[in-house]
Amino acid sequence: MIEAGHFAAFLALALSFLQAGQGLLGQRKAAGLSALIAFGAMAFSFLTLIVAFATSDFSVQLVAANSHTLKPFVYKIAGTWGNHEGSMALWCLVGIGFGAAGARFLSTGRPVFEARALGVQGVLNAGALAYLLLASSPFTRLDPAPLQGAGLNPLLQDPALAAHPPMLYLGYVGYSFVFALAAAGLIEGRIDRVWARTARIWALAAFVPLTLGIALGSYWAYYELGWGGWWFWDPVENASLMPWLLGAALMHSVIVTEKRGSFGVWTSLLAVLAFCFSMLGAFLVRSGVLTSVHAFAIDPLRGSLLLAGLLVFGGAALLLFALRASKLAAGPDWTTASREGALMGNNLVLVVATATVLLGTLFPLIAEATGETISVGEPYFNLTFTPIMSLALISLPVVQAWSWGKADLSSIWKFAAAFAGIVAIFWLAGIGPFDIPLLAGVGLAIAVWLIGGAAFELWRRAKTRQRLPQMPARVWGMTLAHAGLGLFVLGAVLETSGRTHTTIALQEGQSTSVAGWQLTLDDVESIEGPNWYAERASLTARHGGTVASMTPHKRFYPAAQMPTTETAIHKTGLSDLYVALGDGRRNQQGETRWTFEVFLNPLIDLIYLGTIFIALGAGLCVFGRRKHTATEAA
Amino acid sequence: MRARAKRLWGVSIAAVLLVSAVALAAVALRQHADLFYTPQLIAERGQPDVGKRVRIGGWVQIDSIEYGEGADMTFLIEDGSGETVEVAYTGVVPDLFREGEGVVATGRFGAGGDFTAENILAKHDENYEPRELKNARQATS
Repeated sequence: MIEAGHFAAFLALALSFLQAGQGLLGQRKAAGLSALIAFGAMAFSFLTLIVAFATSDFSVQLVAANSHTLKPFVYKIAGTWGNHEGSMALWCLVGIGFGAAGARFLSTGRPVFEARALGVQGVLNAGALAYLLLASSPFTRLDPAPLQGAGLNPLLQDPALAAHPPMLYLGYVGYSFVFALAAAGLIEGRIDRVWARTARIWALAAFVPLTLGIALGSYWAYYELGWGGWWFWDPVENASLMPWLLGAALMHSVIVTEKRGSFGVWTSLLAVLAFCFSMLGAFLVRSGVLTSVHAFAIDPLRGSLLLAGLLVFGGAALLLFALRASKLAAGPDWTTASREGALMGNNLVLVVATATVLLGTLFPLIAEATGETISVGEPYFNLTFTPIMSLALISLPVVQAWSWGKADLSSIWKFAAAFAGIVAIFWLAGIGPFDIPLLAGVGLAIAVWLIGGAAFELWRRAKTRQRLPQMPARVWGMTLAHAGLGLFVLGAVLETSGRTHTTIALQEGQSTSVAGWQLTLDDVESIEGPNWYAERASLTARHGGTVASMTPHKRFYPAAQMPTTETAIHKTGLSDLYVALGDGRRNQQGETRWTFEVFLNPLIDLIYLGTIFIALGAGLCVFGRRKHTATEAA
Repeated sequence: MRARAKRLWGVSIAAVLLVSAVALAAVALRQHADLFYTPQLIAERGQPDVGKRVRIGGWVQIDSIEYGEGADMTFLIEDGSGETVEVAYTGVVPDLFREGEGVVATGRFGAGGDFTAENILAKHDENYEPRELKNARQATS
């Protein structure tokens, strides 16, 4: 069975090469057919891997190394992509899937352009498949087959993390098709409005799953690592944040190209960079060059191959860009205070923010060349990324009202006064009864400003209540996404400034009081699950009239010889009471004290709610074209 | 040329933004890049500045863990060179924190030469160990 899958992957490789050749020669139909068949072959190949995992076929090396018969069925399936080789197979499947979707749905009226985009996608897919088959084959047999597998890393046996890689890859690899569209446009020397109308849809199609994938990863880190936080500025997180920031810049800049025909050079550069940073992310995560809390599969050879791929594909695209940039048409004239200027400002901030993240992520590598071992943590990012992004967030409600070409600035003072008013309210509240720190007050003001600004902009465009339902999906999408950004900022500021963290140590029967909660350790007992055993603490938490029982535990997975932390989270609606069980410490009297990390995380759900709004809003923007514009154009 | 002149404002704003971002990043890196030490390196170079955040890596010396009040604890980090650093820590240790296993402690030296950790990292699975530790192990063996 797995041999058939192996063969199908080779078939997909051959078809990708064929698609590349046909596409670059301009044969739209032939390249599209190759893309569709390649997808069939790769889907079959991936299915054989899933079947091998589902049936615990330990004669397949990858299954033996990463699965176990006692593992719950859903994690057997998810185990397919919970390892290096399997996740690269998923990468290939998604890349080929985007090629096939392009073959099916691209209709720009420019067959040669479409063929070239499919051709470039074929080249990218062939590269990924060659890497899969030659350097990280998941299809290797093991003889003799072991009776039992080594088990999946228990940290990954989790619902959020089962869905996290497919989502993330839909985003990362989705940008490969945007890259292909940019390359095809550059080959033709036409990055114009027709190009942008198509590229925008695909850029959004990659942005939505990338956003959700990052959110899932963050949520997993929050409840599974037991550290109480939701973002740690870990290199792996940064690796996913950078393409997200560039993707966000891209989906704004492409609007200018679509509506005005301007920014063609810049938009195509961003389209190329978004995928380059996705590849950079893969390289950083897979090569182990950076110390990360969740690095896996450290292998220098694989790392250098990924780096080579990044340099070849990225270099070729940038070379093409350098050759064609001067030939691209510019749009109509615009001044700084215009919607063009506003979106350029948005792009500038997002790109500079990306650069600070990149610098912080790579600086340890640069320093290592001088012989020092250093690490760059949260304080660096708080000092650079946060103020830079704040600039964009403060300007957003003001500049989104600017019109194309040249904006009317007469109302800018009203905006300035409104923002100053909101800041003053929070500042006064801060020195008054609520005891909000100054910076947190500014952060809260920005959040309210964003949410209010999003609603105001919707109203400004609709003008009357009757017209609200007729507003295009794009406008609703923008409103939802910008309001989501505000919700996210609200949650992030409240959680970061209002979080309390206490470490406690209790013997059975003892109580203590933490952040207004009375915690009693009732007992600690040993329990057993399908493929783990655990020590489980039973705590009673009391606050006012609320009584909650919480059972944080520490699991041990014998197959992987590895412990994990299962936190207990009690949601009160406003905040999370978060308890993680630590180690048991025996004193000289032979009594055991159990340690716990206790966090009170206010309004952390807003962070995820805001992120979901952003993804939903971006998704709505896909359905941006009102039906009657099609008839207008005809 | 006319269009360019009209955009002069935009270009100046962009330039100011870029320059401030670079300055900000440079200052942030100077202040907040945490140097990594092994006990041997501290013996060679002297104790890092009081109050400066540093990371110390090595192995938890066998029989060195002592528990105090509440969640207080102390342990020794050794690196095979004979030098050790005593670490004071209040909190829960990672699941794979054990005597004889690798550890990286992030924290600060106090005025009395004592080291208090804010954060303890251990290997997080069987196959993975922090890269600094791997390098240090290769350097000492």
